[in-house]
Amino acid sequence: MRVTVRLFARLRDIAGASELARDTAPGATIGEIWRDLAREFPELAGYERSISTAVNADYARMDTRVADGDEVAFLPPVSGG
Amino acid sequence: MLQRAAQPERRYTGQVTPLFAIGSAPLEVDRIAAALADAASGSAASDGAVLTFLGLVRNHNVGRRVRYLEYEAYEPLAVKAFERIAREIEARWPDARLALHHRVGRLEIGEASIAIVVRSPHRGNAYAACRYAIERVKQIAPVWKREFFEGGDVWIEGATANPDDERARAEAERLACA
Repeated sequence: MRVTVRLFARLRDIAGASELARDTAPGATIGEIWRDLAREFPELAGYERSISTAVNADYARMDTRVADGDEVAFLPPVSGG
Repeated sequence: MLQRAAQPERRYTGQVTPLFAIGSAPLEVDRIAAALADAASGSAASDGAVLTFLGLVRNHNVGRRVRYLEYEAYEPLAVKAFERIAREIEARWPDARLALHHRVGRLEIGEASIAIVVRSPHRGNAYAACRYAIERVKQIAPVWKREFFEGGDVWIEGATANPDDERARAEAERLACA
């Protein structure tokens, strides 16, 4: 199955893209998708403990399972205001 | 395009000013306040306080001379975060109501990046709810600022966004009521 990965702020800079299409195994968790990304872009690994994540624009957890067509977002620590 | 057109209007550049929005146009606090008054039409006559807060881009940060900022947001989730903050305020200060717009894109020194408007029958709850709103934005809204200063640029990274972190929420409430 295929998901769309959204990356923001410095995570986007590291990966060089704001949006990536990724094939994953059925039943994959967000954490598994993240670890694959961190292997692909090693600089991301430092964010493992400080990122937040969302599925289809709702906050989610790293153990949330994704479905085909989902939009999975990885969010570095926020700085709005 | 049809699917997008069916989405609720969230951007304050549209004809209707929503209570919660992200956009690149300059913030118009009077329009936001008017939208909140309209939304409160049933109870507006009982409100005795309207509080507005503008967050501005300043020319210094931790010893750096700031030239300008660039903001970005995960827009649909940011609007949901603003709506969540409004529900939290409704639970804590039931007579206070919130409107909140955040700007994205390049902002120059002195421009407003965020506008918060709160209405309440009395000023005390309006001040508390307004302070709570800005503290919660900094905790849970998926918005980021990149600071361009004299000598370089850096993404500012603050809180790990976790709306279910009750300790963070309680800290925002403590600051609001200090």
